[in-house]
Amino acid sequence: MRGGACIVGVGETAYTRDVARAPTALGLQLEASLAALEDAGLARADVDAILPFPNLVSAEELAANLGCPELRFATTHHVGGAAPVASLGTAALAVSAGAADCVLLPAGWAGYSGRRTRQIVAQDVASIPGGAIARDYYLPHGLTAPLQWYALLARRHMHEFGTRPEQLGAVALAMRRHAQRNPRAVMHGRPLSMEDYLASPMLSDPYRLLDCCLETDGGAAVVVTSAERARDLRRPPVAVLGAACGQPDPADEITGRADLFRTGLSSAAPRAFAAAGVRPADADFAQIYDCFTFELLQQLEECGFCKRGEGGAFVEGGRIELGGELPVNTHGGLLSEAHVLGMSHVVEAVRQLRGEAGERQVAGAELGVVTGWGDFGDGSIAILGRSA
Amino acid sequence: MTAADASALPLPGRDGFAGAFYEACRSGELRFQRCSACGAWRHVPRALCAACGSPAFTWTPSSGRGRVFTYTIVTRAMHPGFAARVPYAPAVIELEEGVRILSEVVDCPVEELRIDLPVVVVFQEVAEGVTLPKFRRAVPAGAGREAGG
Ligand SMILES: [Zn+2]
Repeated sequence: MRGGACIVGVGETAYTRDVARAPTALGLQLEASLAALEDAGLARADVDAILPFPNLVSAEELAANLGCPELRFATTHHVGGAAPVASLGTAALAVSAGAADCVLLPAGWAGYSGRRTRQIVAQDVASIPGGAIARDYYLPHGLTAPLQWYALLARRHMHEFGTRPEQLGAVALAMRRHAQRNPRAVMHGRPLSMEDYLASPMLSDPYRLLDCCLETDGGAAVVVTSAERARDLRRPPVAVLGAACGQPDPADEITGRADLFRTGLSSAAPRAFAAAGVRPADADFAQIYDCFTFELLQQLEECGFCKRGEGGAFVEGGRIELGGELPVNTHGGLLSEAHVLGMSHVVEAVRQLRGEAGERQVAGAELGVVTGWGDFGDGSIAILGRSA
Repeated sequence: MTAADASALPLPGRDGFAGAFYEACRSGELRFQRCSACGAWRHVPRALCAACGSPAFTWTPSSGRGRVFTYTIVTRAMHPGFAARVPYAPAVIELEEGVRILSEVVDCPVEELRIDLPVVVVFQEVAEGVTLPKFRRAVPAGAGREAGG
């Protein structure tokens, strides 16, 4: 895959929690898509492939609204928040194989002013990973939301490896510090101390309120094309050097897993790094899907940035902050910028590699890692690099 | 959805594998699928044995004894049906047979829960005709024979 496809355009809407505005997922995704096409210098009619986020807006609806005359390729990875990065890998494959020339990857939702995630999961079996398994074996015991099922993982990790609440707090603080350098972030202007973190109400022990990502309205989109075509476009292209997607075993159930911490990323990450021909230590930054603090820590372990069990120490002492060994989520992530279903992590990676990240720019950034996490531990990863 | 519906407890399905699993619970037995070909136990119920691929199985009684593998203490309910129950603690129990089940340790204050706590199954009727397997603390080894669920 190395370098055969490039990200040539990125776009975002404002990130808000304004109930009066009440946008739709379709409206947000179209706005972000137009911005990404404009950024690339491509026309709506150039789009011949769309890879939409699961269960929100269809490729057909997006294509019709955008006026795409020929939709050649459309597919969706049903891996929850891992979908945008999984789709980025598929977009690169499609372009490299000649199945598409210009792939649009939109995401976005009214995650605040619309129906909240916790309501969807608690009351609509069809939207829960595992479907009937959750209905029959989890919900009757009061395990009804992602916060709670991931808290089971966090608790076990604390037991096995001595991971401490302050280490989860270090993740929340790092994301909030980065958001202070990002005017787009919902938490811009609202710094956070460890005392604030530890004082935030416990929701599903060991998870506090400030271990949880934001609920926001917003959209983000990227455009992928071939390296050859990218050379003629407006912006410096960002190459997809390697990408992979994986699922845990079993893929549809969380409690019976032989190894609770072996998630989709555990197998996907080594494949992506091998495809790119680089090692985790080569990365200048990482954008890690941070639905909750422990999930970020765990993905750092499973990506190979540190050994399993050492994530707690890895996130302490400013090591994942700007200026540290591995700046993580330089935009503030889901925890402090906005919840854009994982696509904003891709957008931020592109901005970093183009040198457009302003006050939060990682000096000399040439190689970056982006991950996605969804459902009961589905994982996706892409290795991105500055295209020479 | 009416307010009454929204606050109702979510209940398991009543047919298929779930129907069979909970029917056993109704008669006071915790039974898991056990592969007729290779002997592997499994939960949640499935059509095929993941170990050997066989579709043949029996609903085999479990000892009902196990240990807490992990848990979370819910202090803010995310489903209205559980709002009156906080704090409560969904827990993953690892049975002697090796399978794990999501349940709850009842008659144990949440602050006394811990990983590796020995537990034994009990049954709770939560709605007309619906009985869930729950767990309670087992008497420590050497303290006399446990009556079981
Ligand atoms: Zn078998």
